[in-house]
Amino acid sequence: MSSQLPTLPALLPMLKRSAIATIIAFFLFLPTLGIKTAASGGVDGLFLQYRWSGLAIACGLIFVARMAMEIFGKKQDGTSKPAAAPSALVRFFGSAKIAKTVGPVLLVFAIVFPFLPFSDRYILDLGILIITYVMLGWGLQIVVGLAGLLDLGYVAFYAVGAYSYALLSIHFGFGFWMCLPLAGLLAATWGVILGFPVLRLRGDYLAIVTLAFGEIIRVVLLNWRGFTGGSNGLSSIPRPSFFGLPFNQEPGGFAATFGLEYSSMQRIVFLYFLILALAIFTFFVTGRLRRLPIGRAWEALREDEIACRSLGINTVNTKLSAFAIGAMFGGFAGSFFAAKQAFVSPESFNFMESATILAIVVLGGMSSQLGVVFSAIAMVGGVELLRQLQFLKVIFGPDFDPSQLRLLLFGLAMVLMMLWRPRGLVSTRTPTVFLKDEKTVSAAMISQGRG
Amino acid sequence: MTQNLLAVRGVETFYGRNQALYGIDMDVNEGEIVTMIGANGAGKSTLMMAICGVNRAVRGSVTFAGKPIHEMPTHEIIRLGISQSPEGRRIFPRMSVYENLQMGAVTIDPKYFADDLARMYALFPILEKRHAQRAGTLSGGEQQMLAIGRALMARPRLLLLDEPSLGLAPLVAKTIFDTLRELNQSQGLTVFLVEQNAYHALRLASRGYVMVNGRITLSGTGSELLNHPEVGAAYLGGSGH
Repeated sequence: MSSQLPTLPALLPMLKRSAIATIIAFFLFLPTLGIKTAASGGVDGLFLQYRWSGLAIACGLIFVARMAMEIFGKKQDGTSKPAAAPSALVRFFGSAKIAKTVGPVLLVFAIVFPFLPFSDRYILDLGILIITYVMLGWGLQIVVGLAGLLDLGYVAFYAVGAYSYALLSIHFGFGFWMCLPLAGLLAATWGVILGFPVLRLRGDYLAIVTLAFGEIIRVVLLNWRGFTGGSNGLSSIPRPSFFGLPFNQEPGGFAATFGLEYSSMQRIVFLYFLILALAIFTFFVTGRLRRLPIGRAWEALREDEIACRSLGINTVNTKLSAFAIGAMFGGFAGSFFAAKQAFVSPESFNFMESATILAIVVLGGMSSQLGVVFSAIAMVGGVELLRQLQFLKVIFGPDFDPSQLRLLLFGLAMVLMMLWRPRGLVSTRTPTVFLKDEKTVSAAMISQGRG
Repeated sequence: MTQNLLAVRGVETFYGRNQALYGIDMDVNEGEIVTMIGANGAGKSTLMMAICGVNRAVRGSVTFAGKPIHEMPTHEIIRLGISQSPEGRRIFPRMSVYENLQMGAVTIDPKYFADDLARMYALFPILEKRHAQRAGTLSGGEQQMLAIGRALMARPRLLLLDEPSLGLAPLVAKTIFDTLRELNQSQGLTVFLVEQNAYHALRLASRGYVMVNGRITLSGTGSELLNHPEVGAAYLGGSGH
């Protein structure tokens, strides 16, 4: 950890390790970065293009980065390091006091966000997207974080919610607030339907079945043309109105009623607050559930299923309730998604969505609600940030599309996380708050214990 | 026998095609400590699981307080008043000691919780000191105390203990056995104890059974078995301590 540069004999093994890393990187990057198949346009079909310069840049970067790690980083001697004192960042997010202040600050920021000067339509849309993912993250957190059931098909419930809203509003003319609980209910039902066959499965096997379930729902939506519109999806879904006042230029519209000048932004702001309200609802319900006996039973289930059974917990009901409630919030979010887009198609519910939501939960630290917020901002906002990197075209040429770096960023985030925060951004688990009448007991216990 | 709290009759269980238990008959009466001793793989834990309905009896019957329970789901059996501290403790490592005890009381009316908790802390003062600590960070003996405490939080009529002395220092094991004796004498707690530590278990128990390869070969009072030559040779290291 010395700040001085190492002497030459010390430098040699470092150089050797860096060279090895570079060679490994070379072989890894050779097929992915170094070779590109391109269509010739002629009868030859495909031919290979070699990109030696790109490969050289990547390997060079790896060498430099590895050397930097060797010189400035911690010793990588393979032995387990003694746990270092938590960094400032960890202490910052880990402390319950800070978490209690950061939460309200974020909430206030989220409420005033649409009225800030830089909030144009694009920024607001991004805000809506992030909050949708935060809500989905909180929903999935019940299943994955609390109950410990790895669900790779969560997007299925999002889809069920979206199609429920679309079909109910198109065929029966139901309004948003009527469809919302119905969509949640339907999604929860599908959660139970998924839950039953996987009751006995855990870990990898559960992941595979849930993954398949997500795909089944998508494929059904894709092929059941008469009902779901197939790949064309369902369009012209009625947009939600402000307590019966539509957002349009008509005399009976929102703007006219409140004597405002019509602007398309009003609808966006309304949608923003709608999803914010839904997310806050999710936050309170999931946060509260965690402190209730059912939430503790979920956590106990994650810890040890056999012990749960030997304590008289009905593990079947506990698992199914986790699936159902998690799915319900997915359904709510899906319902909002359909209302916002006014168009749903199976395209929106592919595996990538499931993976993103799961990544948000995992990156956030599995059981921290605040962690989900930060990781959703990082995962969704980060991708949007990539679109802003158009100046990179100057370096990489006009064909360069920065948003294609999305998966690279994804991978990079995961690698960095493995290195520095293997248990997620906010990995501390706060014990469930003691209930009122128990508080006196516990306070007495503490004083006794100390005294 | 006046009141059989637990009666096991002709229980046979299988692991796949391998038979693990052969016609097990045993009783636990109200207020007794009954122990089952036997070597590794004799089928002691299997019997425990058969009582709790985890690995069901294929033949035979298990009755608890006169009620047949061998076809009930586990959680309903537990709710009848059988509480189990399973093999290997199986506490919830990432939850606090307090939360572990809370989990023990899920089947119980919450109004008893504060009293029961105070009783448990009086019984195992170390748990009170560690109440906010993650259970996984406790020592082996403390974890065993927590496992027993958690089982007791369910106000059991019958406490099933699977090898509570496993992996514990002799002194710690003795503390745990002493606590069990105290609970039995002061509160009339009925205990069915599965143990390899035959000497301690038989000294504690009013009656005992010896299991060998899935069959009960001997039964009698604790002192009878302690002095039995076969038991002495096989489980007490030849000499009678």
